[in-house]
Order: sequence, then C-alpha cells, then structure tokens
Amino acid sequence: MNQQQGPGGGNSSFLPPPRQEMEYLCADCGAKNEIKPREPIRCRECGHRIMYKKRTKRMVQFEAR
Amino acid sequence: MSAHASTSFDPRKHVGVLAERVTNVSSTDFPGYSPDEDFSWNLAKFKKRLRVQVKRLSSRSIEFDLIGVDASVANALRRILIAEVPAVAVEYVYVWNNTSVMVDEVFSHRLGLLPLNIDPALMEMKASATDTATDRNTIVFKLQVSCTRNAHAPKDSIDPKQLFINSEVLSSHLEWVPQGEQADVFPQLPASTNPNIVLMKLRPGQEIDMELHAIKGVGKDHAKFSAVATASYRLLPQIFLNPTKPVPPHLAEKFAGCFSPGVIRVDPRTKEISIDDEKLRTDSVSREVLRHPEFEGCVQLGRVRDHFIFHIESEGAYEPQRLLLESTRVMRQKIADLKKAAEALMAVNVDDEDVSMADA
Repeated sequence: MNQQQGPGGGNSSFLPPPRQEMEYLCADCGAKNEIKPREPIRCRECGHRIMYKKRTKRMVQFEAR
Repeated sequence: MSAHASTSFDPRKHVGVLAERVTNVSSTDFPGYSPDEDFSWNLAKFKKRLRVQVKRLSSRSIEFDLIGVDASVANALRRILIAEVPAVAVEYVYVWNNTSVMVDEVFSHRLGLLPLNIDPALMEMKASATDTATDRNTIVFKLQVSCTRNAHAPKDSIDPKQLFINSEVLSSHLEWVPQGEQADVFPQLPASTNPNIVLMKLRPGQEIDMELHAIKGVGKDHAKFSAVATASYRLLPQIFLNPTKPVPPHLAEKFAGCFSPGVIRVDPRTKEISIDDEKLRTDSVSREVLRHPEFEGCVQLGRVRDHFIFHIESEGAYEPQRLLLESTRVMRQKIADLKKAAEALMAVNVDDEDVSMADA
C-alpha cells in the first residue's frame, strides 16, 4: 500500500530535500559554473557553451586486469 | 665440454637437422624400446647423468645448462616458471579522483603490470577472490599525484619536465602503506623494481588519487603474476665434420661464414677447420651450410637431445638464480599432490564398481 503512494501523493507534510547546487565544469577553461533553469548554458568566465558534469566524490573500484 | 663433443651422429643421443626436416626427435630410452636393454628408471643412473651448470648470471637474467633429463621434465620446469611460480602484482585499484587524460580502466590495467619487489614467500595467497584482505595477503599502496606549474622554470623552456611539477606519474610515486605487522615483516620497502617507469603524463590541474591493493597470484591466472620475464630453452647444437671429406682449404672462410661468428675456427696457415666447443652453444643452426652443393657430405648438423640451454629473465622480486629452485619446489608440490590423489584412489574399494565387466 505504501509503495503505491508516490512522492507527494496526498501526503501534505512531504517536502522535497533542498536542491543541492549542482556545479559543472566548463569544457574550455575549466571554471566552475552553475546551470539554472531557463537560462542559457554559458560559462561565466569565457562564454563557452559546453559543460562537464563533475566526477563522483565516491570511491570507484577497478580490477587491474 | 668433451663429454658431448661427439665426432659422429648418434641417433640415440642426437636430433638430426637436415635441410628440410629434423630427424630422431623423440627420445628412445624408455623400457621396452630395445629388447636386450634395460631402460627402466634408476635413481643412481639418473643422478650420474644429471648436471646443472650456470653459464652466465647477471642481476636480471641467468643462462644455465640442464643436462641429462628428458624433454618432458625440462618443459615442465619451463611451463611452471611461466605459469605457476607465484608473484605479487596490483589487483584492485580504488579510485577517488582521476582528472588525467587516461581513463580509470586503462590506468588500472597499467598499474597491474608494474613489477613489484615484494618476495612472494612473505605473503599468503588469497583463497578466493571474495576472501577478506588481511595484512598477510594484501599490500597497500597510495598513489596521489597532482601536476602544477613550476614557478621557477627557465623563461624560454619548452620542456614539460621543467615547466611543470609532476608532469609524469612514475612508478616511484607509489607510496607503501604498511598494514598491521607488515612494517616488521618486510625487510625491504615494497616498491616497484624499477622506479623510472612512466605510468602516464599529467598537465597542470590534473591529479590522481588512488589506493592500490597488491596480492599474490600465479601466471596462469594473469600474465602480470608471471614470475619471469621470459623462460625458454634450446637444445645444444652439434656440428659433425666428416673426417673422410674435409672442407677444401680455399672454401674454408666461406664454410666458417655459414655458421654463427666464432663457431668454426679456421687455421690461418693450413686453412684447416675445427669447431670451437665453447662457442658451439651460440650457433643459430641456420642450416646455411646445407644450401651449398660444394659442402655436401662435409658436415652433418644436429642437436643434443638431453642438453637444455635454459635462458631465464627475471623482472620481479626473484633473483634469477632462485627461479629454477622455485619451479622445482612447485613441481615437487604438484607431484606430492598427485601421489596423494593416486593413493586415495587405490584405497577406495573398487569391488562393487564397474570392474565386474569381465564376469558379466
């Protein structure tokens, strides 16, 4: 029963967690940027229009094979 | 050397090398081959024939002769050297950060191939891949390198090594992190056997932050665990000069040129030909001499069937002279295991098994 209740479905006390500011890196100059809704994706430093997502802060395991 | 310097081809001792084929490849000294001879295996006889002579030894390689064993034994030793003598290599890589141009998977693979100076005898083998890592079976290294600009670089320099600090990730950047009792157990600091291996290149702003776990393994699992760089043998070459048909003096130099340098000696005055027994082992047995009709019948080529010239190179923790001993140790362990299994098989009561075929 609980599983059928989607997020926010009928539960008025549910609040989405505060949006963490997502930082992206400019593909050209490497500056940190934020991407906001309804705003052109553009680097504040150099005006480049390509952004990279940051690598996870978590550890990643590989086999040396 | 005189023990092998036979004057004529003996099909029992020699492999024949002809222009287009080899003859007498297989050994014939086994029981039942010839009716009036006893070829059964005899320890005293074997001891008398077996010889090991070290011909050359350096810090990284060894050349020795193994004389008086069957090809099956020599080949078993060679295969064990490559595939079953244990060695230590990086197996797990934990990556926190890698902003270099090389992707994590490729760099991990390169780290696995690094030769490490850790004596495998000081470590235990992990029973399985899921076995927990302990200070007995795992060596931990940290690899944290970041590249920055060198403020004191000469003005007009274009050399990355001067312009940047840590422009290359080297094998010497591996930093050992002792676990548990390891600091007391390992006599020398675990590291790569060669500190100057370039693992990858960095440019300012790029950094790597990883932890490496090295474990003990064998070459049949992955080549990085192979204890040797190469391990190979060849049979001692033999050249039989025909005493009834000597090489004509005016062709002596041409005859000598058909063999590897130094193998054939030519007397400067009489132009008489002789074989240098010490250099004979270096001959490539190219069979060039068999191409010239003027030398037909002068010479016969062969190899000694039970004289193995081993060449072993070590790039890891083992000193080269230790490798043959390690491979014999592994082989003896295998034989002991097989004996135990065979004895267990004998102990099983087979009366009510499928032996009753004769009665049925």
